[in-house]
Amino acid sequence: MVDQTHSATGARPVAARPIAFRGGGFAPRPVRHVAPALFLVLIVLVEAGTRSGIISNLTLPRPSAVALTLYDLAVSGGLMQHLVPSMRRLGVGIALGLSAGIGLGVLIGLFSLIRAGLVPLVAALFPIPKIALLPLFVIWFGIDETSKYALIAFGTFTPMVVATYGAVDNVDRTLVRMGQSFGLGWWAIVTKIVMPGAFPAILSGMRVAIAIGIILLTAAEMLGAEYGIGAYILTAGSLYDLEKLFAGVSILSMLGLMVSFVIGRIEKRMLDWR
Amino acid sequence: MQLELVSVGHAYGPVEVMADISLTVPTGRIVCLVGPSGCGKSTLLRILGGLERPDRGAVLQLGQPPAGCLNPLTYVFQHFALLPWRTVEGNIRLVLEHHHLAAAERREIIDDVLARTRLTDFRAAWPRQLSGGMRQRVALARALAVRPAVMLLDEPLSALDSQTRELLMDDLVALWTRAPFTAVYVTHNLDEAVRLGHRIVVLSRRPGRIRAMLDIDIPLAERAGAAGELAARQAELWSMMRAEAEAADRELSDG
Repeated sequence: MVDQTHSATGARPVAARPIAFRGGGFAPRPVRHVAPALFLVLIVLVEAGTRSGIISNLTLPRPSAVALTLYDLAVSGGLMQHLVPSMRRLGVGIALGLSAGIGLGVLIGLFSLIRAGLVPLVAALFPIPKIALLPLFVIWFGIDETSKYALIAFGTFTPMVVATYGAVDNVDRTLVRMGQSFGLGWWAIVTKIVMPGAFPAILSGMRVAIAIGIILLTAAEMLGAEYGIGAYILTAGSLYDLEKLFAGVSILSMLGLMVSFVIGRIEKRMLDWR
Repeated sequence: MQLELVSVGHAYGPVEVMADISLTVPTGRIVCLVGPSGCGKSTLLRILGGLERPDRGAVLQLGQPPAGCLNPLTYVFQHFALLPWRTVEGNIRLVLEHHHLAAAERREIIDDVLARTRLTDFRAAWPRQLSGGMRQRVALARALAVRPAVMLLDEPLSALDSQTRELLMDDLVALWTRAPFTAVYVTHNLDEAVRLGHRIVVLSRRPGRIRAMLDIDIPLAERAGAAGELAARQAELWSMMRAEAEAADRELSDG
């Protein structure tokens, strides 16, 4: 049709212009080096600001001074003195909270009776700021480490339960029917179909739960601990020693980054089928 | 082994989906179930496979499944139902793992079904890497691996484009010709029904009843060359179903 018109008239009837593109976007893709670059720019800005006096020393410490404080802390052995008890509290608390959370979450996902009883209970426990319960835990478990383990365990438990039963609920039911139609037993269906299917969502639930664990760790250490990152930050804060305060906060940030890196590696290794 | 449905009826709550269906599935034949959407043909297949319990009537198995049969009633799903975290080989192994087989025998079965579905080169591939047609081939290989007495195919080609569907129909014909299997094949596609069915059962709209039965005597392998005859059969089927399909289309669905 169009060609015929062209050959008949010999020229295009009106001015031709390309159709404007209006698609694309809404598809995030990984961009390398942006995050470190942004981080560096921020640090350099703060450094320049504090050195030139635009940012007063009472507002923000010099990043270089914070780095120096971190270095001194590492050299003097103070870093290990604070980091080791913190890591132990975090490790024990998270291990307890996550395993209980995943275990109970799977049970809620699989059994209607357990679901009926526990889902409202978990929903009631979830919004409680767990740190408010620390005095109670101190009475129950004592002032020492156990109350801190309990706090972190409890705080990571609730988000993990919710993430886990959501993950089990979202496993494709046709896959379960497929298993049944081939005569797989209940246990085989749970271990070979339900658990692997729920695993990706359980991992992302872990990410959130561990971040909450780090927050609770700090809070618990601020409320009563001699050593630990939280105690270190609290001391620095009450002396208004901004370098130390920021040094402590950066340790926590790095801890968070490490967790996210480790989970990212696990995802890469275990979920290569995606 | 033969399957027999004796006046099966089923309802979902107040909605009666099928009533009084009696049907025999003879050994070594493919029975196609066709009918308008919502006539309960997939429900009927689930009842046949023991995945759903009928409210009335019974499903009977006549005779013993042949020796070596691991899963007498074996399903093939419309959306393949492959485990995305297992490779092609792993998906087939899944259905053999809970049977007590020697490792060598297991390997032999897997090699055999992969060869029959021409998937040998893809045994290490992930499902996400495969086209829809290949995924359904994997599902067919998995079904063949358990040496079923009766295959229950639930719209196995409906999720595929028409060229792939053609190819897979040829595959199914070739598989059946080499080793005739018993099958119940649910579809809404009349072309598939006349190409693959020895007997075509037409269901009415809800509540589904058997409206007509049509036997086609042309051997499966020769049907590609009998287009005229098949077209006539397909037209005949369509004339039976048209009014029903139209009425079903205008029905409100209650869930």
